[in-house]
Amino acid sequence: MNATALQFDSELTRSTAMPASRVLRAYLTEAKYESVRMLRTPAFAIPFLGLPVMLFLLIGVVLFGDAIRNDPNASKFVFAAFAVLGVMGPGMFGFGMALAIEREQGLLKLKRAFPMPPPAYLVAKMLMAMLFGVIVMITMIAAALTAGNLPLTPGQSLKVTVICVLGTLPFSAIGMLIGSLASGRSSIAYVNVIYQVMMHLSGLFYPLPKFLQTIAPVWPTHHLQQLVLSATGAPSRGSATIHVAVLAAMTLLFTLFAVRRLARVG
Amino acid sequence: MPRECLAELSGVSKRFGKTVALDKLDLKVRSGELFAVLGPNGAGKTTAISLLLGLLKPDAGSVRLFGQSPQLLAPRRLIGVMMQEVFLAPELRVREQIDLVASYYPAPLSPAAVMEMTHTASLAERPYGKLSGGQKRQAQFAMAICGRPKLLFLDEPTVGLDVQARQMMWATLRQLINQGCSIVLTTHYLEEAEALADRVAVLANGRLLASGTVSDMRALVVRKRIRCSTTLAVEEVSTWPGVENASRDQHGLHITAIDADAVVRRLMAADENLQELEVRSAGLAEAFAELTKEATK
Repeated sequence: MNATALQFDSELTRSTAMPASRVLRAYLTEAKYESVRMLRTPAFAIPFLGLPVMLFLLIGVVLFGDAIRNDPNASKFVFAAFAVLGVMGPGMFGFGMALAIEREQGLLKLKRAFPMPPPAYLVAKMLMAMLFGVIVMITMIAAALTAGNLPLTPGQSLKVTVICVLGTLPFSAIGMLIGSLASGRSSIAYVNVIYQVMMHLSGLFYPLPKFLQTIAPVWPTHHLQQLVLSATGAPSRGSATIHVAVLAAMTLLFTLFAVRRLARVG
Repeated sequence: MPRECLAELSGVSKRFGKTVALDKLDLKVRSGELFAVLGPNGAGKTTAISLLLGLLKPDAGSVRLFGQSPQLLAPRRLIGVMMQEVFLAPELRVREQIDLVASYYPAPLSPAAVMEMTHTASLAERPYGKLSGGQKRQAQFAMAICGRPKLLFLDEPTVGLDVQARQMMWATLRQLINQGCSIVLTTHYLEEAEALADRVAVLANGRLLASGTVSDMRALVVRKRIRCSTTLAVEEVSTWPGVENASRDQHGLHITAIDADAVVRRLMAADENLQELEVRSAGLAEAFAELTKEATK
């Protein structure tokens, strides 16, 4: 190694060392502004924050409130359906569409040229989806306890919130994979198709015919729904451990594919 | 003592499909200098910058940034970047954009200090998406310098700026150089390179055509261009001392002369009927046009 290289090495370590606290700050700042951006985008914030609770109030209270009033399991089923719906959107759309568009527009490239810690961009989007999940769950639980006649204990409320907020992760991972593969325009179509298919074919809103019931476990929505039902004390299918394992595996697998793809093609 | 080399491309080749973007290119950026990379569209300027930033990997050759691979985070903490055609989050305010980029660096300037330096304080609370094209470039410039970079990469920084904003950016660049920052600038504006650059590299077709100081570049064109209408033969004139090249077309005889004064005196003496004599000296623009024309033939 020559003198110049040595000089650089010592200078580099001196002036580029970044304490862990500042690295953490970089992650948090990225997440903060990602969330601020999305909250300032009405086309994103209004449907994903407002729609689940409005639909829950419409279906679970206004239209069928009388029918399910005396059947706690029915009202828990409706609650679980809209809670899952509520946490699907921010990750899938926030990641899927935004990532595809930002890749195309060169934002991701600029961030990679800057010394942004490489995972910060993806972690920020995941945290944004989780924050949206928190807001969705707070409004959903508030609506359920007040208007929805849903007998949730504080412990159950907390458990459901934790499940749903962590439950944004597999949907973020699906969005990330779509966003890493598709162009900005086509990502909108892909995300929508997968969103609709998962919503309807996993039995979120209505009992499925036998054939579809057997393939429902391929959808993350099915597993999350069972976890939410179980946390509210309603009857659920399958083992919680398996549901958690499947959701965690899906998150890891899709994230891994997406990260590899992004590292290769940007 | 020779100046430190901060960034280096050595023998770098890069292809995109069948297109050769860079062909065994060597470039060195030294400390304390403003290094301008000139060249027509498609010359390979942006590819060269993207390699130095670690956004692309070379097919052959090596790329070093502060003696390390630019793929690593550590050397990139010493640089600032302003790229072309970037769409930043339109919902974020200018101050927030700067705050976000500053968070990537170990010891950044405060957003307020950056905005004062770049004359963007009046834009601080404006959403980025509501800015004009020129204001966006100013905001991007502020983001580029907020990390106190030792080396700043600016890809066509003044495109879309009005004269006043451009002058202000130039002044800030000079201030940065005085503070010890080095700058790599790609530009279409030759007067920008003439006004700011210590060293210039001219690229065409992915190859380095010429590099040196601005005065080296000018020296390449101290040769003057003489045109006249004369009956003198091309063959004869081209043997004269001080004549580098002579040719004839419908506009008359064209001479490239190293010693224009002597050649003009001799022309007048040799041809009493000499008409339409014209002597031109070229600036960097002309040197650049000549060099790239030669290369792309």
